[in-house]
Amino acid sequence: MSAPAPAYENPGAQALTGRHRLRLWEPLPWLLALAFYFLFPRHLGFGTELLITVLFALSLDLALGYAGIVTLGHAAFFGAGAYTVGMLAHHGIWNEPITSLFAAAAVAAAIGFASGLVLLRTTGLTLLMLTLCTMALLEEAANLGHDWTGGFDGLTGITIPPLFGLFEFNPLFPKVQYLYILGVLLVCFVFVRTLVYSPFGQSLTGIRENTLRMHAVGAPVRTRLIVCYTISAAVAGVAGGLWAQANAYVNLSTLGLDRAATVLIILVLGGYGRLYGAFVGAVAYMVLAHFLSKLYPTAWQLGLGLMLVIIALFFRGGILGMGDVITNWLRKLRAPS
Amino acid sequence: MTTLLETRSVSKNFGALAASTDINFKLESGARHALIGPNGAGKTTFINLLTGVLLPSSGTVLLKGRDITTMEQAQRVKLGIARTFQINRLFRGLSVLENVYISIAERVGAASQMLAPAGTRRDVIDEAMALLETLKLANDAHRTIAGLPYGRQRLVELAITLGQKPEVLLLDEPAAGVPSAESHIILDAIDALPKSIGVLIIDHDMDLVFRFAQRITVLVRGAIFAEGTPKEIGANPDVRAVYLGQAAHV
Repeated sequence: MSAPAPAYENPGAQALTGRHRLRLWEPLPWLLALAFYFLFPRHLGFGTELLITVLFALSLDLALGYAGIVTLGHAAFFGAGAYTVGMLAHHGIWNEPITSLFAAAAVAAAIGFASGLVLLRTTGLTLLMLTLCTMALLEEAANLGHDWTGGFDGLTGITIPPLFGLFEFNPLFPKVQYLYILGVLLVCFVFVRTLVYSPFGQSLTGIRENTLRMHAVGAPVRTRLIVCYTISAAVAGVAGGLWAQANAYVNLSTLGLDRAATVLIILVLGGYGRLYGAFVGAVAYMVLAHFLSKLYPTAWQLGLGLMLVIIALFFRGGILGMGDVITNWLRKLRAPS
Repeated sequence: MTTLLETRSVSKNFGALAASTDINFKLESGARHALIGPNGAGKTTFINLLTGVLLPSSGTVLLKGRDITTMEQAQRVKLGIARTFQINRLFRGLSVLENVYISIAERVGAASQMLAPAGTRRDVIDEAMALLETLKLANDAHRTIAGLPYGRQRLVELAITLGQKPEVLLLDEPAAGVPSAESHIILDAIDALPKSIGVLIIDHDMDLVFRFAQRITVLVRGAIFAEGTPKEIGANPDVRAVYLGQAAHV
């Protein structure tokens, strides 16, 4: 290789060449997740749910936040992954945890690819409705295929062998599950992070910002969207597979509109197109839901709704975007012109 | 001189409205050609037919003798036809540099690369920065489009298109909205392009058109009304009547 090129002096070029470098604060969420493991050993069930939600939201961020694919049916891929793991284990075909996740990713990716071929010809409201329909079809298929999927009752009593043949999954004390899921999340996060900072990721943001112009610079827009959608589906499938393993059961809730809408709210809450929006959104949503439902068991969703209205009206960038908004205000205050 | 782009009796109808009628047009390599005409004459429609945004109702479009009439927009771009838009089409949430980066990455085939960071493609960044230099945009490279004055945005519009290194360059009112003190930047940038490129410009600014063009085509109500050198067009009494006379009080 040749000698390293000299650093740019232009701030724009510096921003682009330094964008993918690890920031000082970036290990923080992972340290917090580890701290949670030691500080709250009795709440690890909540912790595993949280980590899985982060991964699911991250997969949606890739499609919605980066490529601008508006979808209300992302739980289709979460459910596909969960049912893949559940059915393989339940029917005694395969249950080794890590390879099962690859199977979950492959099935979800195949569904994402096949549906993407059709769906991604459309945009906006049409696309939104079609993603919803795809999910509804899958949910109904899971409901009807009773022999395979357990139908409305789902599949219970999935046995997962010890991780690497050593670490037992204990449903009552999910210590192993927590660390295992944290590890999978880290791998998936590094993958998604690499992707969004790559030229491919840059072209996805181009499609999001101006699809018509992307055609005019010769970009194969639909192919790119299908690739992105397929990858996003695969990551969502991994999240679903983890959910099935952590809970040792699968049911129709993994495929429902409830889950798809929740993950969308989480991403909007945290800030989409920002990588860490998935983390902040999932924590904010689940912690809020946890405490509000204790305070006001009957009307707790009102509080969430109110928060969402405020975000949508004043902070389009979500909680992470608030930082930008506030620094802009401060900058304007300092230099009034 | 070879013919780069050619249309043979191209027509486009939107229902009963004939937007383009029987247009026979040639753009030679090295041409500096202007397309003028009153508002609604079908100038932008014609550009859309050349670039594949619209497909003609009848007739053929040829690029270097090859029939591209039904070819998709992105494929035509790969073959060397690039355009700017009358109304900016930019990546508004991204920085000026990123806007140009996207265009160049697409041309050099970097844009499908997934596993290396965009910032490590120094070749693309170097080329983008050089392009921004020629358009006097380098100092704005870090700024997002949304916070940029309109005139500067027009230059980014041109920068994205030039990032394609086209053989055929179609400019749809590139100077509209650019302060007159800066419009020379656009002409200078076009002058700096390789001479073999064929450039077709649409503009209402007659100073700019007559300064730039070696050849002018006048379009009226979707059909070619006159064609010739700037001298011929300027002296043509019919053109003066339908167009230049009106332009004086636009």
